[in-house]
Amino acid sequence: MDLPPARRRAIRSNALGIGIATGAYGLSFGAISIASGLTIWQAQALSVLMFTGASQFALVGVLGAGGGVAAAVLTAWFLGARNGLYALHVAPTLQLRGWRRLAAAQLTIDESTAMAVAHEDTAPASRHAFWATGISVFVLWNIGTGLGALGASLLSEPEILGLDAAIPAGFMALLWPRLKDRLSWAVACTGGLVALALIPVTAPGVPVLGSALVAVVAGTWAWRRA
Amino acid sequence: MIWLAILLGAAGTYLEKLIGFILPATVLDRPIVRSIAGLLPVALLAALVIVQTFAVGQAVAVDARLAGLAVAIVALMLRAPFLVVILSAAITAALLRAAGLAA
Repeated sequence: MDLPPARRRAIRSNALGIGIATGAYGLSFGAISIASGLTIWQAQALSVLMFTGASQFALVGVLGAGGGVAAAVLTAWFLGARNGLYALHVAPTLQLRGWRRLAAAQLTIDESTAMAVAHEDTAPASRHAFWATGISVFVLWNIGTGLGALGASLLSEPEILGLDAAIPAGFMALLWPRLKDRLSWAVACTGGLVALALIPVTAPGVPVLGSALVAVVAGTWAWRRA
Repeated sequence: MIWLAILLGAAGTYLEKLIGFILPATVLDRPIVRSIAGLLPVALLAALVIVQTFAVGQAVAVDARLAGLAVAIVALMLRAPFLVVILSAAITAALLRAAGLAA
């Protein structure tokens, strides 16, 4: 608990900045959910209960494209698997038991983990960074979702505004920072081609799941080579 | 059906997070798991980009969404913030449709 006040302030203002950026992105999640046929409450429930952006966008995207429950849920789970690895990484620093551990689990996402890792020089700083970022993002992501859903539900025909074109752009923006080497580019291109090939021959939702095989094959190959 | 997907999806993604706190690190933290888990979002997000750009049900179509995606990629290359990326895609598609240049 011996965290210098200046350090604490710096972490908090950083966490707030990340929260505001994520909140803006929550606006688009709310709007896209409505455009995909969800109600305001359904969009809000996803942001409270699921609280992991890529999985939320994917679930909504697969349902909106006419995919079944199984395909939508599996895609969301596959995308959420990385959070388990984040939890493994932050758990020893956070040292939690009981309800705090249950709460921390829900807040374990890209942003909170990245901030905890960035402040790993001391354990109190890392803990503070995790909680401040997790809470800030949770609150602002949910406010953003509500406002976005409310705004979009006031529009009669989302397609006139091009909201359907915002959906692939949103996935591209999530993908972009992950394209950091030749392997990730190769996996992205192959995954996209596999999905394209599967669109006419499988039920909606299945093309996205099919691309997961590309990650399994490429991941195994990279592991063998390492 | 949508509620079922929301509840099942949320329960599963929460368990994924919780398992990392409960299981000893040695059970899950293997290089092959790390390698595959790192690439899963890349493959799935790329597939979602393609499906959301080209699919109309089970048909493949080229329409205003593709132009929107192209503009979004340019915005990403210019390091634009998320909201700008999304809006530029939506506005591009809306303008092309209003002008009757794309479906």
